[in-house]
Amino acid sequence: MGIRFILMVNKQGQTRLAQYYEWLTLEERRALEGDIVRKCLARNEQQCSFVEHSNYKIVYRRYASLFFLVGVDNDENELAILEFIHLLVETMDRHFGNVCELDIMFHLEKAHFMLEEMVMNGCIVETSKSNILSPIQLMEKTS
Amino acid sequence: MALSGMRGLSVFISDVRNCQNKEQERLRVDKELGNVRTRFKNEKGLSPYEKKKYVWKMLYIYMLGYDVDFGHMEAVSLISAPKYPEKQVGYIVTACLLNENHDFLRLAINTVRNDIIGRNETFQCLALTLVGNIGGREFAESLAADVQKLLISSSCRPLVRKKAALCLLRLYRKNPDVVNVDGWADRMAQLLDERDLGVLTSSMSLLVALVSNNHEAYWSCLPKCVKTLERLARNQDIPQEYTYYGIPSPWLQVKTMRALQYFPTVEDPNTRRSLFEVLQRILMGTDVVKNVNKNNASHAVLFEALALVMHLDAEKEMMSQCVALLGKFIAVREPNIRYLGLENMTRMLMVTDVQDIIKRHQAQIITSLKDPDISIRRRALDLLYGMCDVSNAKDIVEELLQYLSSADFAMREELSLKAAILAEKFAPDLSWYVDVILQLIDKAGDFVSDDIWFRVVQFVTNNEDLQSYAAAKAREYLNKPAIHETMVKVSAYILGEYGHLLARRPGYSPKELFTIIHEKHPTVSTSTIPILLSSYAKILMHTQPPEPELQNQIWTIFNKYESCIDVEIQQRAAEYFALSRKGASLMDILAEMPKFPERQSALIRKAEDAEVDTAEQSAIKLRAQQQMSTALVVTDQRPPNGMPAQPSIGPLSLVKVPSETVDSNPGDQGLTHPNGVVYKEDPQPPSQDIIGDLLGTLSIEGPPGAVAQSPQSATYEAEGAPSAADAAALVPVGEESGSVQPIGNINERFYALCLKDSGVLYEDPNIQIGIKAEWRAHQGRLVLFLGNKNTASLGSVQALILPPTHLKMELSLVPETIPPRAQVQCPLEVMNLRPSRDVAVLDFSYKFGPTMVNVKLRLPAVLNKFLQPITVSPEEFFPQWRSLSGPPLKLQEVVRGVRPLPLPEMANLFNTYRLTVCPGLDPNPNNLVASTTFYSETTRAMLCLVRIETDPADRTQLRMTVASGDPTLTFELKEFIKEQLVSIPTAPQRPQGPAAPPPPVAPASQDPGALLAGLL
Repeated sequence: MGIRFILMVNKQGQTRLAQYYEWLTLEERRALEGDIVRKCLARNEQQCSFVEHSNYKIVYRRYASLFFLVGVDNDENELAILEFIHLLVETMDRHFGNVCELDIMFHLEKAHFMLEEMVMNGCIVETSKSNILSPIQLMEKTS
Repeated sequence: MALSGMRGLSVFISDVRNCQNKEQERLRVDKELGNVRTRFKNEKGLSPYEKKKYVWKMLYIYMLGYDVDFGHMEAVSLISAPKYPEKQVGYIVTACLLNENHDFLRLAINTVRNDIIGRNETFQCLALTLVGNIGGREFAESLAADVQKLLISSSCRPLVRKKAALCLLRLYRKNPDVVNVDGWADRMAQLLDERDLGVLTSSMSLLVALVSNNHEAYWSCLPKCVKTLERLARNQDIPQEYTYYGIPSPWLQVKTMRALQYFPTVEDPNTRRSLFEVLQRILMGTDVVKNVNKNNASHAVLFEALALVMHLDAEKEMMSQCVALLGKFIAVREPNIRYLGLENMTRMLMVTDVQDIIKRHQAQIITSLKDPDISIRRRALDLLYGMCDVSNAKDIVEELLQYLSSADFAMREELSLKAAILAEKFAPDLSWYVDVILQLIDKAGDFVSDDIWFRVVQFVTNNEDLQSYAAAKAREYLNKPAIHETMVKVSAYILGEYGHLLARRPGYSPKELFTIIHEKHPTVSTSTIPILLSSYAKILMHTQPPEPELQNQIWTIFNKYESCIDVEIQQRAAEYFALSRKGASLMDILAEMPKFPERQSALIRKAEDAEVDTAEQSAIKLRAQQQMSTALVVTDQRPPNGMPAQPSIGPLSLVKVPSETVDSNPGDQGLTHPNGVVYKEDPQPPSQDIIGDLLGTLSIEGPPGAVAQSPQSATYEAEGAPSAADAAALVPVGEESGSVQPIGNINERFYALCLKDSGVLYEDPNIQIGIKAEWRAHQGRLVLFLGNKNTASLGSVQALILPPTHLKMELSLVPETIPPRAQVQCPLEVMNLRPSRDVAVLDFSYKFGPTMVNVKLRLPAVLNKFLQPITVSPEEFFPQWRSLSGPPLKLQEVVRGVRPLPLPEMANLFNTYRLTVCPGLDPNPNNLVASTTFYSETTRAMLCLVRIETDPADRTQLRMTVASGDPTLTFELKEFIKEQLVSIPTAPQRPQGPAAPPPPVAPASQDPGALLAGLL
C-alpha cells in the first residue's frame, strides 16, 4: 500500500488538506488527526522526521507555519517519502509561486488536483512537475 | 483571490477562517450546510457550476471534521457531466467522500466504464484514478479486462497507461479472484522495457504486488529490474524532469530495489554481477553533501540498497561494508540518519554472520537509548533487544534497568517487558535472573505486569538451587521501608514457600518472617491479601514445634478475614483456619508447590501482542524469524507433563486431597474419565482445593479450555496412598517415560523444508530443532539450531548423521548438554557426489530428567536442492535435445495415475522444484518444456531437459521425456519428477467414489508437501 494518508496541518493544528488512501470513518479521522498532530507538533528541529504511531509511521516536514504529515507503512522508505513531500511543495511552488498556507486553503481543489496526479491508491504515480501540472493548466485554459 | 471563479466558496472559507472559536465555526458551518441542503433540494434549478461550488463546500466541511450526510448523490452525478471542470470535481470529491461499499458508487459504474473505454484521454485518467482509489468488487468484475487492455495498448499515451497500471494494482489486490493475471509475466516484462519513467514508476508498484504474491511466475522480470536500476544509476536516458537534485528519480530507484527484494535470490551470474556492481557503486559512492534535499534523496537510495544487499545475503565483504556504514550512521549528528541507521541495523540482525560486527557498536547504541528523541530511543531499544545474546545479556539488561528510572512513561512497560524476556532467555546464571526481575519490580513496579512476577516464581519453584537464594533476596527487599505492592506479593509468596530453608540464619525464624511480611499488610490492596494469607499459613506449617504465640497471631488474622466481603479472601481465611487446626492434614495440603510444567512464556506472547506502538519489523518478530526456536516463541504448546492449565472460572481440583476427605464424601461428584482421570468437582466453594486456588493465581499460561484439549494426559490420583503426597500427585498417565510426543507433524515439516531453506525440522515439549540451509552448486551448508525450551538442562545430547552413499556430510561437534533456554548452532556441511534420490537421516537423542528421547529425522538435503534454475533459448534447447538421442541418456515413459493438475499449476510445481518452465518452446499448448542444471561432484554442472506431453482429454496420464548427459542423472531425475506428479493416497483418505480412476487420486491439493507425503 505504501502511503496511507497525506495531511497538511498548520501550527494551530487546523487541517488544511486531508487525503486518505484507506477508508476511515469520520470519527477515526478526527481521532487520528488529533493524535498525530499532537505528537508531531510537539517535536523540535533537533528531532528526526519520523514518528512511530500505532502500527504505522508518520514522516513529516515543516514549512513555515504548515506541517506536511504523511502516514506510511512501517517498511516504507522514510527518506524517499520525506523528499516526496518536498517534491510536492516544489510543485505547488511552481504553480502558485512561493506557495503559502493561504494558497492551499483557498485553492483546495488545485491542491487536490496535484495530489491526484502524484499519488494514486497510496503509490507514487508521477514525479515530473510538468506532467503533474499539465491537467491543471489544461483546466485553466478551458475555463 | 478566487481563482476558478468560485467566489461563494472563497467567501465561505474566509468566514470559517475568521471565526474566533470552535463554537462560531460550528455555527457558520451549520448555516452553510443548511444552505447547501436547501439548494440541493431544488436540484432542477442548479447549474453545473453551482453544483460544483456546493460540492467543494461539502468537501471542505468534511475535511474540517464535520459530518456531511447528504449531497453524495450530487457529487456522484457530476461524474456524468459533459464538461471537464464539472466531471473532474465529481470524480475527485466522490473519491474523497465515499468508500468502495457505498451504494451510490454503483450508479456511476456505467459512466465510469464509458469514460475508461472512451477516447477522451483526460476523462480516461479521471476514471482510472477513481477506480484506482476506491474501486471495489463490482468495478473489478466489469472493468478489469478494459484496464488491462489499456495498460498494454500501444496506441495509449503514457499519461493513461501509468494510471491504468495502478488502477489494475488496486483491482488485483482487492479481488485477486476476479482479476486474472495468469500469463502476465511476459506483459510485465514488456512493460519494464518502457522508456517513460511515469509508466515505469507505476508499473514497478504493480510488479511489487504481483511478485510479492508469486515470485516464481515473474523470474523473467528480474533482469529487467536490474536493467532499469542500471539505467537510473548510470543516468542513461533520464529526462531532466525526472532528475531530482541531480539524482535520477530516487523514487523509482527505491521502488525497483524493493521489487528485487521479493525474489529470493538472483541466480543468473551475469545479472547478479551487474546488480552487485550497481549496489557497490551506491554503497561506496554516496557522499554527504550540503544540500539537504540531495542528501536525503541519495540516502533514500542508499538505505534501499543496504536493504537489498542484506536480502541477497551477499558476500561477507559487502556485508561488513554495510555494517560499517550503519555504524557510521548511528553516530552522526543528523537525527534522520541516526534513526535509520538503528532501524536498519535491527533489520540486519536477520543475517547471521554479522552479529559480532554489530556488537562492536554496542556502546554507541546504548548512548542512543538516551537520545533526546523518543523515535530514536525506541529504535535503540529494539536493536538492543534484538542483538542481545548470552555474551552481552548482562551488560544490556543492566543498561535497560538503569535506563528504566529515567525512561518515558510511554516506554516503561515495553522496556520492563523486554528486560524481563532477555533476562530469562540469556541469564548466565539463574540467580542473576532473579536479581534482575526483583530490581525491575523495585524500580518500575507499576509497569511490571503480573506475568513477569508469575514467571520468576515459576523459575524459583522449578529450580531447587535457587530457592534459598530467592528467599534471602525477598527478605532483603522487605526490609526496605517503602516497596511496590508487586514486590510485597512476590516476596511474601517466596518467603512463604522457601523461607523455612533459611530458618537457621538469624532473622529468618518463622516469627521474624511473619512479622516482616505482616508489616506490609496495612499498605496492600485486596488483591494481595490472599497471597499474604497463604504465606502465613505456610509459615505456620513450617513452625515446628508449633509456637503458640505465633499461632494465635495468625489465627486472629484468619478469624478477622473469615467475614471479609471479598469471597476469595474469605474462603482462604476460612479454609486455612480450619486446616491449620488439623495438624497433619495441614502438612499434607500446604506442602511445597509442585514443579510447574514447562510452559510457554506468556511474556513473549504478550510482547508480540503489544506490537501496537512499535514498528512492524520490531526485533521481537525478527528474533522469532531469525532464531526459529528458543522455546519461548513457540505457540500452541501442549502442557508437556500433563498438568492441565487452570481454567479461568471454577476451581479444578488438581492436587491430591487427603483420602479421608474423599472417603468421607462418597457421594462426591468425582468424574472418572476413561483412562482413569478424576476431576473432583465440588459444588461447595468452601472446600475448594487450596493449591488449586494458588495455581489459579499463578496461571501464567492457562488458556481456558486447555483441559478439554488434553484430558487424557491429565491425571489425578484420587485414591492414592496418602504417603504419595504433594508433587507426586501429578503423574502423567498415558505418556510413560520415553514417549515424549513431537509437536506438529514431522513429515509435513520435512516436506515443507524440501521446498524452502529455513524452518523447523522437529519440535517436542523439550526441544526445537530448526534448520537454515544455503545451497551453492553441489555444496550445501545447513545449520541445525538446537533450542532447549526448558528451564532445566538437556543432557546426553547426541546427533548422528546417517548419510546415503551419494552425500558427504560433516556435522560439527554437538555439545553433550544444552543449558536451560539456550540455543546451540551446529553447522553441517554437505557435498553431493552423484545423482541420487536417497535421503540422509539425522539420528538425534537427548535425555530430559529420566526420560531418554530418540528420534530419526530425514534431512532436507534432497535432489532438488542441487538444481539451479536456468532458462534456455530455442537455439540452445533444440541442438541439445537432438544430440541426446535415446536411452540411457534420454528416457521416455508414459506415466499413469497422475494427479490431475491444470497446466499452469503443473508449471508452478516445476518451478518450485527449480525446473524452469520455458514457455513457447513447444508449439503444442498441452505440452510443457523445462530445463535445469544439476550439480554434483562427478557430473559437475549438467544441463537437464524435460518435456511433458499431456492429454487434455485425460489429465491422469502423460508422457515424460527426460534428457541429460549422464545416464544415472537422467534416470534419477525422471523418477524424482514422477514422484512429484503421481498422486499417492495419504493416510486418512476419503472413501473413493465408485467410478474412481484406477490408481487412487488424491483430492487436488495445492500443498506440494502433501504431494510428497506419500513418497516415503
